[in-house]
Amino acid sequence: MATKVVMAQLSPTMEEGRLVEWKISEGDVVQQGDVVAEIETDKANMDVEALGSGVLRKIVVQEGETVPVGALIGVIAGEDEDIETLLREAEAEAGAAGDEGEAVADEKADNEGTAAEEEPGEEVSREPARAGASAGEASADAAADDGGGRRDGGRLRASPVARRMAEEEGLDLSRIEGSGPGGRIVKADVEGALESGAAVSGGRAAAGSTRLADETIQLSQMRKAIARRLTQSLGPVPHFFLTTEIDMGRALELRAELNEQIGGGEAGAPKVGVNDLLLKAAAEALVRHPEINASWGEGEIRRHGRVDLGIAVALDDGLITPVLRDADRKGLVRIASEATELIDRARRRKLDPDEYQGATFSISNLGMFPIEEFTAIINPPEAAILAVGRTAEKPVVVDGEVVVRRRMRVTMSCDHRVIDGATGARFLETFKGMLENPLAMLA
Amino acid sequence: MADSFDVVVIGAGPAGYVCAIRAAQLGLETACVESKSYEGGLGGTCLNWGCIPAKALLESAALAHKLQSQGAAFGVKPVQVEYDMGAAVERSRNISEKLTGGISYLFKKNEIESVIGHGRIAGKGKVHVEVEDGEDRELEAKHIVIATGSVMKTFPGFEFDREKVIGSREALALGELPSKMVVVGGGYVGVEFADVFDAFGVQVTLVEALDTLLPGFDQELGKTLARSYKKRGIDVRTGTRVKSLDRDADPMVLTVETKKGEETIETDLVLMAVGRRPVLEDVGLEEAGVETTDDGFIRVDKMLRTSVEGIYAIGDVAGQPMLAHKGSHEGIVAAEHIAGQNPHPLRHDNIPSIGYCHPEVASIGLSEEQAAEKGFDVKVGKFPLSAHGRALTAGDNEGFVKMVIDTKYGEVLGVHMIGHNVSELAAEAGIGRMLEATAEEFAAHPHGHPTMSEAVMEAALAAMDRAIHI
Repeated sequence: MATKVVMAQLSPTMEEGRLVEWKISEGDVVQQGDVVAEIETDKANMDVEALGSGVLRKIVVQEGETVPVGALIGVIAGEDEDIETLLREAEAEAGAAGDEGEAVADEKADNEGTAAEEEPGEEVSREPARAGASAGEASADAAADDGGGRRDGGRLRASPVARRMAEEEGLDLSRIEGSGPGGRIVKADVEGALESGAAVSGGRAAAGSTRLADETIQLSQMRKAIARRLTQSLGPVPHFFLTTEIDMGRALELRAELNEQIGGGEAGAPKVGVNDLLLKAAAEALVRHPEINASWGEGEIRRHGRVDLGIAVALDDGLITPVLRDADRKGLVRIASEATELIDRARRRKLDPDEYQGATFSISNLGMFPIEEFTAIINPPEAAILAVGRTAEKPVVVDGEVVVRRRMRVTMSCDHRVIDGATGARFLETFKGMLENPLAMLA
Repeated sequence: MADSFDVVVIGAGPAGYVCAIRAAQLGLETACVESKSYEGGLGGTCLNWGCIPAKALLESAALAHKLQSQGAAFGVKPVQVEYDMGAAVERSRNISEKLTGGISYLFKKNEIESVIGHGRIAGKGKVHVEVEDGEDRELEAKHIVIATGSVMKTFPGFEFDREKVIGSREALALGELPSKMVVVGGGYVGVEFADVFDAFGVQVTLVEALDTLLPGFDQELGKTLARSYKKRGIDVRTGTRVKSLDRDADPMVLTVETKKGEETIETDLVLMAVGRRPVLEDVGLEEAGVETTDDGFIRVDKMLRTSVEGIYAIGDVAGQPMLAHKGSHEGIVAAEHIAGQNPHPLRHDNIPSIGYCHPEVASIGLSEEQAAEKGFDVKVGKFPLSAHGRALTAGDNEGFVKMVIDTKYGEVLGVHMIGHNVSELAAEAGIGRMLEATAEEFAAHPHGHPTMSEAVMEAALAAMDRAIHI
């Protein structure tokens, strides 16, 4: 039986993919599950696995070529199996799709001509998919209590033992791929996740603590009016900006001390960076100010039960925001190791789609550049983003004396439909307090 | 007749015929070769000289035993029982015939070509068949499935003569009953025959080399069964090895060795129930280059592929446990794999073992001992049948249901049962385990009342210290 190798849809927005590399050659024997090729999507490079075993009989799409999702890129079949019919069918389909593809491309070109030259088009197109995903997650947590979770609007299928294990070990089942019939999550999948350390939502901090519940707040008339008026006055997301300056002296000392203790940066040990301190402080502050960890929905505001931090990472030709999940439930060292790993893979474009979608709050740090302060644009449906400038020695007045201190300026962009000025200010006050008294953050 | 097929299955036992039917369902041109061997025929040993006729005789035994021991109490008279082994055997043969006829029908319905004769692999993609009552045929096969099954095994010095030293094959068609016999081997085959012949009035000695009956099952099952057998008059000798047999003496003299030393037992008949061995000879394995394992099975992977491309092996030839239901499922996996599907491989840790002795035994998953060895934090929930409503009404309230769970995650590691009709409870335990139910789910389901299955629910409750009826 021949098995088709096709351009898989690896993210909700992916329409086409480029074949980067064939990992095997025509005539090679393939086992099901083997990686046969690498493809590039709109967000990352990903592996293509064989869905059946046999011999790679035909490479249809050559390295470097771009084809639409679903197109045949190769054929795996028995050594002497007749694959001509299959190839002819694929050719006919490709012909038809090609015509369609051109039409779509033309339309796109037109749009590009009229639309602004920036990227908002792409951002907007992502929004519906993402909103859908977070809606699914919301009901997952709501339904989890009676034993039936939900994912993507359907049931989250998991065996009782898998559920119990995930509960005991603090794993998030919705992040685990199921290998049972119909994608059901079974014990072996949870064991695999435990071994690989993926999907951990707890860690030490989680012991004994309970996750905040997702919460939907119905809009008051005033809130509706604020939303309507602000939207009318300032584009789809009405931004406002809050800036504060933070004394980083003690945080940097703590970081140095911590790295010394854990052998940070040496073989295998994670090194805690300034960015990790910011992630930790933001996570802690978000737990205390759930009104910031929220989204504007259709006719309602969603407060998220989880704290998933987006980390803006610059790429040569754009940017991507890998998501550090459950940051509030992780210690500083763990945040450091996970963030380092995420950022590294983001730069190499090796993120899975679910690793860069669905953050609840984001941080954009340009501190490595000579940037004092800047404002960042909110990544909808998040309600806020924190823009971080460089840390520099500055003269400040302490107890009537001018002294030199290491200071850092941060600016938070807020969605005014969700967050008001004072609400944002209180969050920043907590955030600043965390970094200036970093021991509180570790408590 | 076309001689070219997508699949040729050699052997039409419970592994082979199921594989052939599944392959045909998936649109593959399929042939199934079966010789009318001593222990085989369409349906294999299972239908002809194994599971099915044995169960038929066990039903005769149960009826005899019940009427004899409990008829009066049940209000059924007269209770003076006479035994007619010939009639019992005839009944069992009729059942076998009916079922093997059913396989012919299924083959026709699924357009499978049934070739009667001895098949052997004759080069790549070729099966040579010495057709019974006809000319030899050379079948072309894109895929070959070896399902040649197994035959009875014995010990040196205890070679089968089919009269005085017999195996299960002969025991199923015994014309005349001996006055006393020795059953060698306390596995499920041995305990079943001990049950049959004891019920028919034969004086039975059951000899097992290991310390408990039913080795391989949870030890408590074997111990409970031994107690029950001794009570009804079967001479159970565990920890006893057979050494030699004087066949010329009348009665024969069997020498056994125990911890205390040698002993002798006089007997008219010796039934060897010491296991089976896979049939690998005259299948063409060596010529085809099919590898075997150190313990004498064909080496296969999870999809039942052998070391030679295009050749699969299923059932008793493909490794332990040598059970019909294991073979049938392997047949399905192999057929689906051949058809290019990606079937879930058979889970070897979830195959039930069942003995149809009275009381019945059924076991699935890890025994209490194995679970402890594997380092689980083991908790056992045990529900005795002595006060179980359904068991009492059946007049058969010996035994228990025992559930072994892991306290950490509540996983049901194993379920072990002995008692009335527990063979039918194995599937509940198996499906529960397959779906990874915890004791909580077993307990939460309102089991029908009064049924034997309530004992499973109570065992689950007991494992959580919440049993209601104890």
